[in-house]
Amino acid sequence: MVDLIVVGAGPAGITAGIYAARKKVDSLILSKDVGGQTILSGDVENYTGYQFITGSELVKKFEEHLKQFNVPFKGDQEVKRITKIEKGNFSVETAQGSYEGRSVIVASGRRSRLLGAKGEDIFRNKGISYCATCDGPLFAKKTVAVVGGGNSALDAVLQMMHIAEKVYLIDINPTLGGDQIMREKIVATANVEILNNAATKEIIGDQFVRAIKVEQAGALKEIALQGVFVEIGSVPNSDFVNGVKKNKAGEIIVDHLNRTNIPGLFAAGDVTDIPEKQIIVAAGEGAKAVLGVFRYLSQN
Amino acid sequence: MPNVKVYSTPTCPYCIRAKDYLKEHNIPFENIDVSSDENGLQEMIKTSGQMGVPVILIDGDIIVGFDQGKIAEKLGL
Repeated sequence: MVDLIVVGAGPAGITAGIYAARKKVDSLILSKDVGGQTILSGDVENYTGYQFITGSELVKKFEEHLKQFNVPFKGDQEVKRITKIEKGNFSVETAQGSYEGRSVIVASGRRSRLLGAKGEDIFRNKGISYCATCDGPLFAKKTVAVVGGGNSALDAVLQMMHIAEKVYLIDINPTLGGDQIMREKIVATANVEILNNAATKEIIGDQFVRAIKVEQAGALKEIALQGVFVEIGSVPNSDFVNGVKKNKAGEIIVDHLNRTNIPGLFAAGDVTDIPEKQIIVAAGEGAKAVLGVFRYLSQN
Repeated sequence: MPNVKVYSTPTCPYCIRAKDYLKEHNIPFENIDVSSDENGLQEMIKTSGQMGVPVILIDGDIIVGFDQGKIAEKLGL
């Protein structure tokens, strides 16, 4: 039994680990990966202290900082369930084992939202990608589509228009969202074709993707291509917590001290209903959550 | 020593993590940058049936993505 189990090792979870170590709270971090979504950020220019750093470099810095404090860290542990057990304690189960803690901070972040179109599960990694930064170069001189209409979709188009021969931007909304500066660059690029009011219905292929079926103004259209990048936002990793109050989006509802409706269960970062999804905000929330836990442990 | 190949792109964060992980454990590996090596890319697609990086080959066994648990298991780390 430890005093605190932190679930997740993105900016919120790692900051929580550092604060817990400095407060001498006996803690354990369980996480599937290190860095969470931060690792996928290209250039970070708004994390105080770094005028410019890439997402993966920032994660390395986070990791080095955490290692200084010798916080017990178990990686490759995807949490399956958190349940309340006797005396107000918690059991946290992963595929590898079960751990008990007097308190828990859920800092499990978010994951890419799936498209939900036919063929998506078949062609994942066979032409469908959720990371243009990772897989973009595999589609050099090919035809690809980016599905989405927000900043992450625009960012994927900006990357792919220099790599691919042709890029379709398939947006379900009547007009593109995201930042104007990005939209302007895309609209002015000859090899990008924007389809608005367009719903992706199916991804077709044999061994790999060979076409996408899109519905626009009631008509189905098949576009031949080799790659599909899905950039339609993200969903919170909150399914494994029993009995905790969430909003309609599935985000864990927290108060200003990062408390959930369950005493001893705290949450921090992008998995919560705090609206600002920023690396620096998540890190700050991780710190706040530990200070809340410290208060809770001393009173219980 | 196991024969380890990492098919990667320079911009892919999980590729960087996978390579760092192998280096930390002093495992020599061959890095194939599929963004510039067209033959390497075709080899990756043919061997693994995958169009996503990283693809890691350990003594012929295919691991897709930076799956630390599987890598550790194969290498006995």
